Amino acid sequence: MKKKLGSLLLAGTLCVSLLFSACTGGGATPATDPGTSGGGDTPAVAAAGAIKVGVVNNPPSESGYREANVKDMEAVFSADNGYELKTFYSLKNDEQLQAAQGFITEGVDYLLVSAAETTGWDEVLKNAQEAGVKVYLFDRMIDVDESLYEAAVVSDMSAEGDLAVDWLLSQNLPEYNVIHIQGAMGSDAQIGRTGALDAQFASGKMNKVVQQTATWDEAEAKKIVESVINSGDSFNVIYAENDGMAKGAVAALDEHGITHGVGKDVIVMGFDCNKWALRELLAQNWNYDGQCSPFQAQVISDLIQGKTTASSKKIINEEKGFDATTITQADIDTYGLGE
Amino acid sequence: MAEHCLLEMRNINKLFPGVKALSNVDFTLREGEIHALMGENGAGKSTLIKVLTGVYQDDGGEIRVDGQKIAIRSPQDAQNNGISTVYQEITLCPNLSVAENMFIGRDKNALVHKKQREKRANELLNELGIPARGSQMLGNCSLAVQQMVAIARAVDLNCKVLILDEPTSSLDDKEVNVLFGLMRDLKARGVGIIFVTHFLEQVYEVCDRITVLRNGELVGEYLTEELPQVQLVAKMIGKDLDELSSFGEVEEKHFSDEDIFYDAKKLSSSAALPFNFTIHKGEVNGFTGLLGSGRSESVRAIFGADKVNGGNVTINGKKVKITKPIDAMKNGIGYLAEDRKRDGIIADLSVRENIILALQVMKGFFRPISRSEAESFADEYIKVLNIKTASRETPIGSLSGGNQQKVILARWLLTHPDYLILDEPTRGIDVGTKLEIQKLVLKLAEDGVAVTFISSEIEEMLRTCSRLIVMRDRHIVGELTGSDLNQAQVMKTIAGGEADEG
Amino acid sequence: MKDKLKNIFKGGLGQLTIPIIAILLLIIFNLIRDPSFFRITVELNNDGNKVLAGNLISIINAASELAILAMGMTLVTAASGGQDISVGAMAAIAGSAFVKVLKSGGSINGLLVIVAFLVAVLVAMLFGAFNGTLVSVFKIQPMIATLILFTCGRSIAYWINGGATPTVDSGIVKAIGGFIPGCPIPTPVIIVIAMAVIFTLVFHFTSLELFTQSVGINGSAARLNGINATWIKLLSFIILGACVAVAGTIGVSRLGLINHETLLLDVEMDTILAVAIGGNSLGGGKFKMAGSILGAYVIHILTVTLYAMKVPSTDVKAYKAIVIIILVVIGSPVIKKWFAKTVARIKNNKSKVPVKGAQ
Repeated sequence: MKKKLGSLLLAGTLCVSLLFSACTGGGATPATDPGTSGGGDTPAVAAAGAIKVGVVNNPPSESGYREANVKDMEAVFSADNGYELKTFYSLKNDEQLQAAQGFITEGVDYLLVSAAETTGWDEVLKNAQEAGVKVYLFDRMIDVDESLYEAAVVSDMSAEGDLAVDWLLSQNLPEYNVIHIQGAMGSDAQIGRTGALDAQFASGKMNKVVQQTATWDEAEAKKIVESVINSGDSFNVIYAENDGMAKGAVAALDEHGITHGVGKDVIVMGFDCNKWALRELLAQNWNYDGQCSPFQAQVISDLIQGKTTASSKKIINEEKGFDATTITQADIDTYGLGE
Repeated sequence: MAEHCLLEMRNINKLFPGVKALSNVDFTLREGEIHALMGENGAGKSTLIKVLTGVYQDDGGEIRVDGQKIAIRSPQDAQNNGISTVYQEITLCPNLSVAENMFIGRDKNALVHKKQREKRANELLNELGIPARGSQMLGNCSLAVQQMVAIARAVDLNCKVLILDEPTSSLDDKEVNVLFGLMRDLKARGVGIIFVTHFLEQVYEVCDRITVLRNGELVGEYLTEELPQVQLVAKMIGKDLDELSSFGEVEEKHFSDEDIFYDAKKLSSSAALPFNFTIHKGEVNGFTGLLGSGRSESVRAIFGADKVNGGNVTINGKKVKITKPIDAMKNGIGYLAEDRKRDGIIADLSVRENIILALQVMKGFFRPISRSEAESFADEYIKVLNIKTASRETPIGSLSGGNQQKVILARWLLTHPDYLILDEPTRGIDVGTKLEIQKLVLKLAEDGVAVTFISSEIEEMLRTCSRLIVMRDRHIVGELTGSDLNQAQVMKTIAGGEADEG
Repeated sequence: MKDKLKNIFKGGLGQLTIPIIAILLLIIFNLIRDPSFFRITVELNNDGNKVLAGNLISIINAASELAILAMGMTLVTAASGGQDISVGAMAAIAGSAFVKVLKSGGSINGLLVIVAFLVAVLVAMLFGAFNGTLVSVFKIQPMIATLILFTCGRSIAYWINGGATPTVDSGIVKAIGGFIPGCPIPTPVIIVIAMAVIFTLVFHFTSLELFTQSVGINGSAARLNGINATWIKLLSFIILGACVAVAGTIGVSRLGLINHETLLLDVEMDTILAVAIGGNSLGGGKFKMAGSILGAYVIHILTVTLYAMKVPSTDVKAYKAIVIIILVVIGSPVIKKWFAKTVARIKNNKSKVPVKGAQ
């Protein structure tokens, strides 16, 4: 009896956890039933009124950035805007490949891909071309021949870093003593956001008080700043490569009675533009927040509908940077991530 | 000197923190003799052996082999000096062949031809008259043969001194005889054998000399024929033998039905077939039978140690349900398990914690026994049962077997049980403690406690039990009382000569 | 009384030798490197409170979550002979639940914080019970059983609040993770002390310690002495769940933010290490919770020392590993035995001469 109860419990819990993972794994699974496709060769634009779009992306649970990205896609390619959207989310390249192939067989008109890995996509994209499915890459590049896709709408991480550092230089501080808190080493965002600052350190325009990675961990960022404060080194800029780490750094400042924000002792810079972080800007507790824009859907939609034409295959998404002295509530509502 | 001395140990001392395990012990082994090393548990036998085999280093004294003074710093040193040991537990690999076991780790070059090795093994096995082939899987051989293979391995190491540590404890009579044959053969070849055992008869059967240790000191060295068995026991326990003989026959007691404490009808468990059983207050009964006859399984069913499948149990006339140990304990039943190491001691915990454990469980999770209370309980029982321990905080694992058993006994006595089941409480412990436990059982019965006593030594049971339940093939095949309580009748019933079923 | 003191030094220090020596060495090392390393100052923080500051405060403050987790892990290790590797993921779940409840009501008041905390504790205890059931009833190895939550726990945490990193802005939450107005000691440190007191009381007023050790050392014997081994193992996981909830709550409260991906990331390995450095056998059985707590502080002194030396944090893990390998090897039975033997030999050599003279 007891054992039975136990196994029921186990089965139940497993079911629940499967449910959870389903939620996070792939919000909507592609119908891979080949029977439903009515001959991949004929573009189905005329047949059905709506434009069929298949989106292969990373799951929203990956990051706040991805969540905004996914939401943006779903909002732009909505039925109201004349689209029929199919989505597939996975962190695994092979699952993404399978789903993409599924979309092609189903006869979508457009395939939008943000790949988990840069390799392995040749065959699927060739199949798409043969089937007359037009491919757009977004957010991330793939190692394939340019001819296999219409356009790639991607972020330029180093432009994002340049933008932030240019802003910092424009503050015309008499001296720049920077605590630089890095993200997970080797990630695109870290490399992009570190590069511009490193150049300043190298040129001697800015002094590196400390440069440490907190691997996106808020608590670790706090520890790093705390250790600088305890050692007595002076600093006037905190350059954290995401909002969470900036918040961790600020917590350390608060505990030690060091003021920060507009016109205060320490300049605080973050990235990602979470809504809560932008509100800190609005309250002038922080000074700057940069964003690698997750909003590529509108650009692609305009291309699909012929409203704009791509001058080159690679379209760099416009990056944003907000200054605490100029940010408005409207900016927060439009560009802020999360809630 | 007429005899050639293979091994001389002089003034051997060994200190452990707080205890002097050996003090000025002498030991001499001559060529071609079988020499018994006797003593109670804790007398220093194993320590002496471990000093000799390099497991421990002595703290003073000298060791000579063939008259040469040597220093033994490691088991390897011992082996190089021709001293080999075969332990109680087989330390070979059952999944390798006999030949591989005999030569493993000793081949000069890694690639020795398999056939060649087996040939060499067969030669040696033949020579020693061991009924095994080199190509056989060791695990498929009987325990006795495995034991002998271990000896063959030791002999092939060109050993002069062979130490056999309790080699017979897991063998049956026939196997013991074969082993003795091999020992005599080796003796004839001039090997000196040190024989450590608990079985007195075996000592008299095969040994030439006996050295007795007590409390880490040498009592003396004797020629076997000059030392009667009774005196040997007396020397080992250091008491007069009158005490031993003083409790002879158990007086017959009569019990009425009102005195019934525990009664079970058709009790069965996952390990025991249905059986009926009754015990009265103040009665000592025993379960006997060969190993595997179901005697342990039956008492485990009474205690709820195995999964109970069915049966009606009444205690003091009231119907009760006992499905797990805690039920039995709450009904006043205590159970000292057969396998002390596996089911009895909590090795790393202190003597104090081991003593209070069962009482604590009965009192419940939320009513812990206070430290001072526990200490006074522990001190009391250490004194009452004469437990030899450095302190009450000593981990029980470092006590000798007999003293561990006493601690477990104390654990159950502390719960003041109405019915105490003792499964092999005297196994592997020294003679002195055995007697103490037997006496304790009789005293408990006098105080009105029902006791079930199980022992492999029938003698012991006859001395303590007023009723014997005999089991064979998992069934009760007889119940002996009064004048039937004698060795011959018990043997007959076990063997099934004129067993009356039921 | 004297006897008792002697026992504390004889028995008590035995197991605690390694962590205590490690702490002393690290302190000495830091004092030589920078005599002002352990300077403690009183500062006025941005909320207008006078608070203690300095590396020492940073260390004991930052180690709080780890110390609390190590307490629970010690019990699980002792009872089950294995470790729970899902504590980090579970903390993310508990922290997410905490934030979820906080964000459900309009304004955050004391009552809501208490409710949120209790919900977090309940959730974590349920997940602990899930792990414990797998281990105690289904006899799955602890590491394998907890691998399930280790893998999917952070996804579950994500599911609770959605992908963003929600923040809570509340003085009460800030006080839990930082300082209570008027109190110069970081609140997490006070919570650690409170947890230690609670465990001490639990050990005093229940048989948890005796039963857990018995089950861990010899489950079969414990069962035959009437102990419900299954329940004891399950209980240890549930208690660990409660510890996880407390740690998770502290972690969230420090910044008023829950990031399910990074909250107490990789803390499980540090927790297991803390237990090991504390001289507890990872194979279960006898345990000393004080050792594990000290172990947690050893790990954090090490981290803070390395940060203070401006060792790149990418290298910190490698240096930590080296020091920990040394500690664990020193604490290994082989080295201990060798050490005891050497000490005994030295002692003998010293005592031999006078003994001979006396005889």
